[in-house]
This record gives sequence, structure tokens and C-alpha cells, in this order.
Amino acid sequence: MLRQATSIVMLGLWAGAAQAAIEVPVTWLRQEVAHPPVLSNLDEIPQDEGRAGAELGRDDNATTGRFLGHDYALETVSVPEGGDLEAAARAALARGGLLILDAPEDAVLAVADMAEAQGALLFNAAAPGARLRGADCRANLMHTIPSTAMRTDALAQFLVQRRWDDLALIAGQRPEDIDYAEALRGSLAKFGLQLRAERDWLDDADIRRNAGQEVPVFTQALPDHDVLLVADEAGDFARYIAYNAWTPRPLAGSEGLQAVAWAPVVEAWGAAQLQSRFEELAGRTMRPRDYAAWAAMRAIGEAVTRTGSVDPEVLRDFLLGPDFELGGFLGSPLSFRPWDGQMRQPIPLVTERAVVATAPLEGFLHPVSEMDTLGTDAPESLCAASEERS
Amino acid sequence: MRYAAILALLATPAFAQGQGEIWVTNEKDDTLSVIDVATLEVVRTIPTGERPRGLTFSHDFSRLYICASDSDAVQVMDPETGEILHDLPSGEDPEQFVLHPDDRRLYIANEDDAITTVVDTETRSVIAQIDVGIEPEGMAVSPDGRIAITTSETTNMAHWIDTETEALFANTLVDARPRHAEFVKDGTELWVSAEIGGTISVFDVASQGEIAKIGFEIAGIHPDRIQPVGFELTADESIAFVALGPSNHVAVVNAETYRVEDYILVGRRVWHMAFNADRSLLFTTNGVSGDVTVIDVAKREALKTIKVGRFPWGAAFRPAQGDPA
Repeated sequence: MLRQATSIVMLGLWAGAAQAAIEVPVTWLRQEVAHPPVLSNLDEIPQDEGRAGAELGRDDNATTGRFLGHDYALETVSVPEGGDLEAAARAALARGGLLILDAPEDAVLAVADMAEAQGALLFNAAAPGARLRGADCRANLMHTIPSTAMRTDALAQFLVQRRWDDLALIAGQRPEDIDYAEALRGSLAKFGLQLRAERDWLDDADIRRNAGQEVPVFTQALPDHDVLLVADEAGDFARYIAYNAWTPRPLAGSEGLQAVAWAPVVEAWGAAQLQSRFEELAGRTMRPRDYAAWAAMRAIGEAVTRTGSVDPEVLRDFLLGPDFELGGFLGSPLSFRPWDGQMRQPIPLVTERAVVATAPLEGFLHPVSEMDTLGTDAPESLCAASEERS
Repeated sequence: MRYAAILALLATPAFAQGQGEIWVTNEKDDTLSVIDVATLEVVRTIPTGERPRGLTFSHDFSRLYICASDSDAVQVMDPETGEILHDLPSGEDPEQFVLHPDDRRLYIANEDDAITTVVDTETRSVIAQIDVGIEPEGMAVSPDGRIAITTSETTNMAHWIDTETEALFANTLVDARPRHAEFVKDGTELWVSAEIGGTISVFDVASQGEIAKIGFEIAGIHPDRIQPVGFELTADESIAFVALGPSNHVAVVNAETYRVEDYILVGRRVWHMAFNADRSLLFTTNGVSGDVTVIDVAKREALKTIKVGRFPWGAAFRPAQGDPA
């Protein structure tokens, strides 16, 4: 018996020694941007948004890495507004071919197109636009932040399920509001819904003081609706619509019921553990960009763990293949769409106090993955880099 | 208030009649529900610490150990009176544990701390703390007591602990989000369920090599919703019953061929399970629907649904008094 125990221990040591030591350098790279002024002073954007998620992902990876001899090093670089992002990206790529980008669409594309980035693997953890996943997709670029269309599809599924099909929209006029409204119109069309009316929000008064006078008048002309949709991605005016509109209807979109990648109210599927690990690390609650950066870091970790490689090409092939599954605390395993590099993920529909539902909702079927009912599916993808991927 | 509740408990008949009881932890009610196997009804509801999850009885059934996760304690209860006798030092956020065959050492998974804590239940002291992967959960110990296992949900590993040295001697990768582990076939095989991976990995214990992987498929249910969690084997270890989470089914697996023979519809998000004394009945905890499904093992059919508290999590069998099974 003693002999048997000894041999077990020896086998264990041998199994440990067989794992080669690997260094896994990753850079989280941010292009800082000016946030537009908003009416309320209540919301503060944390300085470490996104970065804290990458750091938690690094810590999670390191625990697994400890048992396998894999050493994860995360460098975080934040380029000031107007600073030279490409120079920072060049330096990062010289350290290793794995980058997590927190930058606007154009900046992400510029980095992806650098000569040094060819053969590297970049993760877009902040830019939600359709272009990066469509006509301007790149073979070296994957996306862990959901596209705006995935979020608006999630909301449209909910409206269909509840049969709330009389809809009105108030849309802000900033570029991100226009993008959101466009994605929303596309989602409503996709799921057979229609807007009965649409009004532009004209940003010309301090509505904090007179919402009670302005908003009823502004919304009085809208036809009957079940839900009032709002496109206000910067959180500027929509909060003052609630309870001041002419008819008492719930809000959804950028205010009220919101479809988001992540929120502090997500607690099922073990999410409470992720939330508490994050809060312990960052001293605040986890935001969608934090989740996207965490998921990128964990995807890298899972791919390195399973392949034993740090070659970006090997990792990319594994991440886009059928064997990659990441536990993302949202009830279904996360994976990547081979046609545009977008991470498949359930989208929680939340209020400030609770998860109302999680899309894809029951009854929205898909032959491959029900998560592919959210966002751009393979047949409608405009991404030409996808051929190179398969 | 608390005293009143305990007094009320004392007034009720505190021992089981004939066929024993199934004890269930209700994670969101901070209570235990006790089901009488003879009548298939809840006969007692007992307050516990916060967020009770794993539970197990001492070998003579005179003590019940409860992981009170949010109280950061393993509570020791007298099952006759329902009284909490004392807490054991457990480390933070204990979720699951396993009692060593020596009836003395508890191996506890500390979910928030990436640690397995080994506690001596007699001296009430911590013997060792072992660094494991993130979110340790599944716990098992070999029948000869030489090996303890912790599975870590985010690290996706089974960690093999030598119980003589209380140190890790191997770490093996499994599929995503391992939840539960059991030694089977006299300790020659280790089974580990992976909730997100949707599989059970079967390891040869002598070599720690994977020898089989069990997959599941239910017509009309998307594979992503088939999430294996707890499982139990019949007395002859020929058949395994596997809880498949939000698919709301329990799989019946042939433990020789590793093939699934049947699926049984149960309550929503089925979690863990326990057999009665002769293993003719199986009781599954259904977290979302807040009930327990009773399965007729021979017929492979659900017999009855019993309402318990909110989020029933763990289940354990206790034989009738004076009839230790």
C-alpha cells in the first residue's frame, strides 16, 4: 500500500515537470478620450475602467498558470488624449503579440492595420460599432465587447416576448446616440416590430430644473405606445424623461430597462463570486468594459492552458474553433463567432435593481447557437476576413 | 424569536420513523427542510446560518455539518434537536466539503479564497490550508482516505491532495466549470462533472489519466443548457444519476459503458441529490423551482415533487433512529 502511494506521488511530480514553463505577456492598451459633458454630475467614470477587468483576468489566469508553469504578465498602458497610440502599440507588440484594446473604432482599426500587428492577436474590449465586425473587420481582431446590435437585438426580443409592439423613440443627437438608434431600428425590423413615432431630443436647456414643464409637452404629441425607447448612450437627458412623460409608460434602451454586457445586479450562475472578486480588487462595481477586458484576458488564459502555446496564430485558431468554451457567469459558455471574431455572449436586460431577463430569450431559435440570434449572423455578415479565418 | 423557533422544534417529534429522512439545505432561506422518506412530506424546517449549501452527517449520524457560506462557518448541528452546537473554523465562504473516512477531518472548499481548508472536527482546529484554483467547489475523498480532491470552477482543474502531507501532488485539467467530484468503483476511478463543458470526465486514479468522457444530449434542449452538476451512483455502482442543471433533467448513465441510457424530467435547475437507505428512491434538489423531485430508481420515473424552501442546494440521507444504515 505504501509503495502504491509513493508511485502515485511520483507520477504526480512527473506530470508537473512535463509542463513546460511559458511566459505569456499581454498588454492592455487604452486610448483616452474626452467624455462629452452631461447634465447630471451623478455619474463618475472610473479611471481604471476596463483596466481593472484585465487585472482580474490576469489574476484568475495566474492561479491556473501556477499549476501549469504558465506565467501571465499584464502591462497596462494608457495613452493620453491626442497621444501617440501607434507608438505605444508598437512598443507593446515588441513585448508580445497579445493586446487588449480599449479605444475608439478608428484607433482600433489603425492599430490592427499596423505592419507590426500582422500575426498578432488583438481584442477589442470597448468599441461596439458594426463597422469593425462588418466591412472593416480584420483577421487579427476579435471582439469581447458586444456590438450595439447584440444589445438592441436583446431588447427587441424582450419587446416581442412581452408583446409590447407599440413603440416610440426619443433619440439624442450625439454620434453614439445616432448609432444606437440605427441599431435599434435594425433590431426592431429584424424581429418584426415597428416604431410608431420617433422624435429627436434637442439639447438646448438645462432640463434638470424644468423637466416637469418640458418633458410632458415634448412627449404629449407621441402616439399611444407601450414602451418609450430612448437613445442616450452618454446618459445625458434620458434620466429626466422617467416619471415626467405625458403618458405613464416604462422606458427602455439607454435608460430604464437596459440591455448590457454586464451590470452589478447580475448574480446568478456564480456571478456573485466574480462580482465579489472584482469589488475586492477594484473597490467598485464591475462595468461592461471591465467585463469585456476580463473576458479577453480569460480567453487568452483558456487558450494558453488548452494549447500550451503563446503563438497568436495557434491561440486564434483555438479560440475560433469548436473546442473553446469559456465560463462567463452568464449561464451559457462564451465562444467566438468564426465569421467576424465577435464573442458570443448572453445579454442581461437589467434595471438598476434587478436582472429582468437574459437574452437570448426562450423561443428565439437558431440552428447553431441561440446566442447567434443576437447581432450579425453568418449569412448576413459583411466580414471578408472570415475566409482567411476558416 | 430564534429561541421560540428552537423551542417549537423541540416540541415536534424529533426522530424519524421507519425509513429515515432526507435533509435539504435551502440556500436563500437560511433553513434546512427535513423530508420523511415514509410519507414524502416535509416534517421539520430548521434555521441555520446564512446561505447553507453543502451538508454531511458524521458516520454515526449524531452530528450534522453544514456549510453556512455567508456566515463564513461550518456549523455543527445536533440533528435530534436542530440545535447548533458550535461552529468550526472553516475559512471564508465554505461551499462544499467532504468528511474523511477517519470521521474526523473535514476537507472544505473556500469558494471566495481559492483555498481548501482541512479542519479537525474534534479539536475544532485548522490542520492545513492548501492553495488551489479559483472558486474551489467539488470535494471528494478516496475510500481508503489517501487522496482528497478539490475541483476549481474557474481554474478548471481537479486538484489531488495527499492526505498524509496535506499537499497537492497533481493537478489535472477538466472541462469548463467543474462542480462535483466522486471516487467510484472502490476508488479506482474519479468522476468530475463540468457544468459549462457539459461533460463528466472519468479519471484513472492510479495514473490520474483521463480514461473516458461522458457527454449528454436531450432532444429539444440546447446543449448550452445541459449543465451537469451533482451525481450519485447506485449501490452496485452500475448506474449513475447525473443532475443536468437548467435542462431540468437527470441523466441515467451506465457506469460500465459510460453511455447515457435515459433522461428523467425533474424540477427547474436541478442541483444535487441523495438516495434513501436502500437506494430505491432518489431525491433531487431543484434550485429555481424550490422543490425536491423524488425519483423511483427502478422505474426511472419521477414519483412526486415536494415543496421545500427557496433555492434548495444540498441533500443528505439520515437513517431512522436506532437503525443506522
